[in-house]
Amino acid sequence: MAVHTSQSVAKAAGDDVARGRSRGTGNPPPPGRIRRALSTHWYAWTMVAPVVVVIGVIIGYPLVRGVYLSLTDANERNVARSIGVNHLPATYEFVGLDNYTDALTGEQFLGTLGWTLVWTVSCVTITFALGMALANILNRKIAGRSAYRMALILPWAVPGFVSVFAWRFLYNNDRGLLNKVLAGGGFDGIDWLGDPTVAKISVIVVNVWLGVPFMMVALLGGLQSIPSEHYEAAEMDGATAWQRFRHVTLPGLRPVSTTVILLSTIWTFNMFPVIFLLTRGGPGEATQILVTQAYKFSFEISPRDFAQSSTWGVLILVLLLIFATIYRRVLRTQGDDW
Amino acid sequence: MTSTTTPTARHSAPRPAKVRKRGERSPLASTALHLTLIVASVIAVFPVLWVLLTSLKPAAFATTTDFFKDTTLENYTNLIQDTKFLTWFGNSLIVAGLTTLIGVIVSASTGYAVSRFRFPGKRGLMWTLLITQMFPVAVLIVPIYNIMAGMGLLNKPAGLVITYLTISVPFCAWMMKGFFDTIPREIDESGQVDGLTPFGTFWRLILPLAKPGLAVTAFYSFITAWGEVAYASAFMVGEDNLTLAGGLQLFVNQYGAQWGPMTAASVLIAIPAALVFLFAQKHLVTGMSAGAVKG
Repeated sequence: MAVHTSQSVAKAAGDDVARGRSRGTGNPPPPGRIRRALSTHWYAWTMVAPVVVVIGVIIGYPLVRGVYLSLTDANERNVARSIGVNHLPATYEFVGLDNYTDALTGEQFLGTLGWTLVWTVSCVTITFALGMALANILNRKIAGRSAYRMALILPWAVPGFVSVFAWRFLYNNDRGLLNKVLAGGGFDGIDWLGDPTVAKISVIVVNVWLGVPFMMVALLGGLQSIPSEHYEAAEMDGATAWQRFRHVTLPGLRPVSTTVILLSTIWTFNMFPVIFLLTRGGPGEATQILVTQAYKFSFEISPRDFAQSSTWGVLILVLLLIFATIYRRVLRTQGDDW
Repeated sequence: MTSTTTPTARHSAPRPAKVRKRGERSPLASTALHLTLIVASVIAVFPVLWVLLTSLKPAAFATTTDFFKDTTLENYTNLIQDTKFLTWFGNSLIVAGLTTLIGVIVSASTGYAVSRFRFPGKRGLMWTLLITQMFPVAVLIVPIYNIMAGMGLLNKPAGLVITYLTISVPFCAWMMKGFFDTIPREIDESGQVDGLTPFGTFWRLILPLAKPGLAVTAFYSFITAWGEVAYASAFMVGEDNLTLAGGLQLFVNQYGAQWGPMTAASVLIAIPAALVFLFAQKHLVTGMSAGAVKG
């Protein structure tokens, strides 16, 4: 009797578990599972539906098409196009992974990748360091703090193409302010955007200038969420300013910094406007990063090389995906449920 | 041994005669902090300020190093009278305004859903939001152009608005998720006890609490739409349909390398962005801290 009861209880419990599971993972689907899932989750799904639809159509299709084009030899001469009233069908062919082997064994991709990595790492590091320093200063009691904060966030408030234009104006060779100031001091003017090495530094400077406000604001928010009791306790224990920074501030900022570094790395890796509007990748190809080069393949060279462009695009995506996966695996914070 | 003594020695030895209260600084340290902030502020403000000053000089003196020279508004009057600047400005305002409005609503509801509910597809959605930020504009632009052409949305504000939403919404939804995570769940529960639907809870209880997050989302969406160049110049043709980004390029060709009108246009373009920024900046720090940021 007792055994029987306990069994039936277990059965009932098992049933319940299965029902509970239908919210989330696994289990072979019992009949009606879809309807039950629908009734449990319909509001969640309704709330995310607009995003899913728009992203699916506007990003999903181009993505699939990009991957497909990267497996062909499509270029301006053989894609479907209309010349006057005549419509020419597409004649490009499937070439398998040829584009990828070409890209990965050729000089151009690896060279551009090298500079893209230097560009990304130096921009993110410098931006983070400056943002951290300024956020720490602004987090103290200091006269005129809000005025300073306004001034420091300004680069973020101005549209990107306007600020890049402003910098071009300053960098201008004959008439730019920087060279005029140098001339006033008796120095020779510097070819800010014309010399390969200087141009690299110049584009990094502009990107750092654009990126610091975001970093600073994010870190400032993080600093304000660290309870002041932690600092008091550290001081009671006789921690020096550096020790307090190292053992209280940095760990407290960890959740904030992991996210901003991830985002900032992705954004910098794909920072199209700065390079494109400032140097167009020049001089030569000195400041060309992967994205601007991919754009160049499909818009600026003749014949426009869609296959090559897509290949580079897919490789960019793969590289970033690998980075994001490793990054999240290494630094996964507790309580993340995705 | 050394390791135990050093900290105490360092701590007690240079103690000044006057004991400072916690959080006080020596005048020297204060000066250093102010100096750093002043230098940083000047670097941050100067390029923008220089464009403003240049726009107030007569075009002939655009490249002089004087801060002021025959201050005049002629660059502005020329710009507004001789070009379609105001039309472009209006177009941009429509596109950016719609992007902001729709972007805020959509990313708030998505952010709320992923913050509060466990549902099948959530993990995938979070990754998708992250991945969409990785795919380069350069590669999306041609297929998106084809889609827009197929739907008849080329040269219409709606086409640009939809495209901009794909740029701004993923980040904003991520940020809103982090922000909603900081609002206690008990508030939702109390709403449900009082008989509100999940939508009702979201709309009546949580959104009003999320104003800082919404302000940041609005700011980000607006800036994204207002300052975008690549899609705008590819999708919009015909002088009356252009947005500012496209119009300005037309204008560069038209005027060659004349800095005067260009700087005036830049200033006028920066003003609405600065206004939105002023409105949002009060919330920026709180919003970002809770939002972007806890992911």
